[in-house]
Amino acid sequence: MQAQQLTEIANELRIWIIEMLTEAKSGHPGGSLSAIDLVTALFFHEMKGITPEQKSGVPTPGPLPPHRDRFVLSKGHAVPALYAVLAKQGWIAVEELKTLRKTGSRLQGHPDRVRMPIVEASTGSLGQGLSVAQGIALGLKTEHPEARVFCLLGDGETQEGQIWEAAMSAPKFELSNLCAILDSNNGQIDGPVSQVMPLEPIADKWRAFGWHVIEIEGHNMTQIIQALKLSRDLHQQGGKKPVFILAKTIKGKGVSFMENNIAWHGVVPTLAEAEKAIQELKSELKKGGKIHG
Amino acid sequence: MAKATRQAFGESLARLGETYPQIVVLDADLAKSTKSEIFAKKFPSRFYEMGIAEANMIGTAAGLSFTGKLPFLCSFGCFLTGRYDTIRLSAAYSQANIRLVGTHAGVGIGDDGHSQMGLEDISLMRALPTMGVFQPMDARETELIMDYLVKDWKGPAYLRLTRQNLPDLFPKDMPFKPGKLHPIREKINDKATAVTCIATGATVTEAVQASERLAEKGISLSVWNAHSLKPFDEQTVIDLSNVTQQANPPRLWVTVEDHTVIGGLGSCVAETLAKLPQHPPLLKLGVQDLFGESGEPMELYDKHGISAAALATRIQNELKNHR
Repeated sequence: MQAQQLTEIANELRIWIIEMLTEAKSGHPGGSLSAIDLVTALFFHEMKGITPEQKSGVPTPGPLPPHRDRFVLSKGHAVPALYAVLAKQGWIAVEELKTLRKTGSRLQGHPDRVRMPIVEASTGSLGQGLSVAQGIALGLKTEHPEARVFCLLGDGETQEGQIWEAAMSAPKFELSNLCAILDSNNGQIDGPVSQVMPLEPIADKWRAFGWHVIEIEGHNMTQIIQALKLSRDLHQQGGKKPVFILAKTIKGKGVSFMENNIAWHGVVPTLAEAEKAIQELKSELKKGGKIHG
Repeated sequence: MAKATRQAFGESLARLGETYPQIVVLDADLAKSTKSEIFAKKFPSRFYEMGIAEANMIGTAAGLSFTGKLPFLCSFGCFLTGRYDTIRLSAAYSQANIRLVGTHAGVGIGDDGHSQMGLEDISLMRALPTMGVFQPMDARETELIMDYLVKDWKGPAYLRLTRQNLPDLFPKDMPFKPGKLHPIREKINDKATAVTCIATGATVTEAVQASERLAEKGISLSVWNAHSLKPFDEQTVIDLSNVTQQANPPRLWVTVEDHTVIGGLGSCVAETLAKLPQHPPLLKLGVQDLFGESGEPMELYDKHGISAAALATRIQNELKNHR
């Protein structure tokens, strides 16, 4: 799929994110909107073996093939972005998005692999996903060496010590089938990441731990798919290093009044605000989908 | 013959590794102490040295299990349970099919003292939904539990093991019933004052020796072994408490554990007895809301009231209070 088409899908999914969060009356718009371009590129362009089977043109989810690529959402609070992509692919019905965070729903407020196996890992307590992704990559390395594991990290999340334990060990095990992607939106609940607990120089740190680091603009679809292709090539060419994609993003991307405003980390729009947000996103879609990074 | 349950674990793991290629083992720089090195030497490509980084080891093991492997991850019990949030989410909530192996249980490790003793690990692990909690009393029972954990158990489980050697206790002719209490010393006769004791792990042998001392004093201490703290065999406790169906019902219940009495075996039995309208009093012996300390293992057992001698004295004194 081409970059332009992927951008259009991501922008349509931005609308779904706003709709499901407004319906749920709670959740995390800022980090979902910063992540959606990356997650869209993974599921609609890069990852293999994760499209539901089609029966008479209708997506019919069956058992997950063991050789499939995996996606672990370590920043679990951005799960609306993942649910939107899964609904667009047919893993869940679009109607079901309305059940987000409701009693009895499998669309839990944070990812739950038992209720919904396609989410691969239960996350939500930050800092744990990269270790789980590493374990999956280690298991796949012997059984299905072609399969790859992608792990989306929040930047604030990498303040957790467990992240650096995993950062240390993945290069030891030469997990070139593991690709960590940092949604670097510089926002966390108590303020800008750079003030709460500075992380820079991020790229140097991951390089020093033994990762192949690629730096991109995380809303530029061309750059995203090029970086993912490079990570694939490195793996297929017998590279040894795990790959770390540092994606500079904007919290709340696509909705003018949410962009770079930390207040929208874990607060959902009112009905009027949601209407305004959706109007903005729809008019962007009509213009041809380009929301400029 | 006496053997540490950690040693029996390492040998069982290497034995089962031959038949079950899905078994992989992780350790956090304690393979010599946890005895996972026996497996590592035999199957080096299925052993992952994770360094001194337990949380990452737990998450990595969970991920491995999601690809069909059966990971055993090993460290001291206190260090594993110290990474509780990772166990809670990445292992228990995720229903990861992994085996967490915590060695160096209790004050029985001796000299190394407070920071290395697993004293709250059973309580912590029992509190997690989906988690099984097992503790063998000797080498033979370790082998039997290992077979069960590899062949039958699904989901996460915690196995608690000793540093110190323990004498053989498991009767050769007794069938192993996973999850059930097993009788180790039956009531000696129907005339003696009956006391029922449930012990677990290293303290079962102390309870057996205490029963010999007490027999001379006209007290019949029957001893049951709890190898499974979760699921806990509540039904057998209820049956044993049924005073109308026994000629000489127990005057006193006693639990003994090398572990805090808050949330461990004593709590399992107390929670069960509380369901009954009437039951004998319960004496919960173990570490009484205290941290550990350095010392000779048997001196620490005396100090905490869980050696055979201390048990016999405590039980006699307690019976005086319940005339």
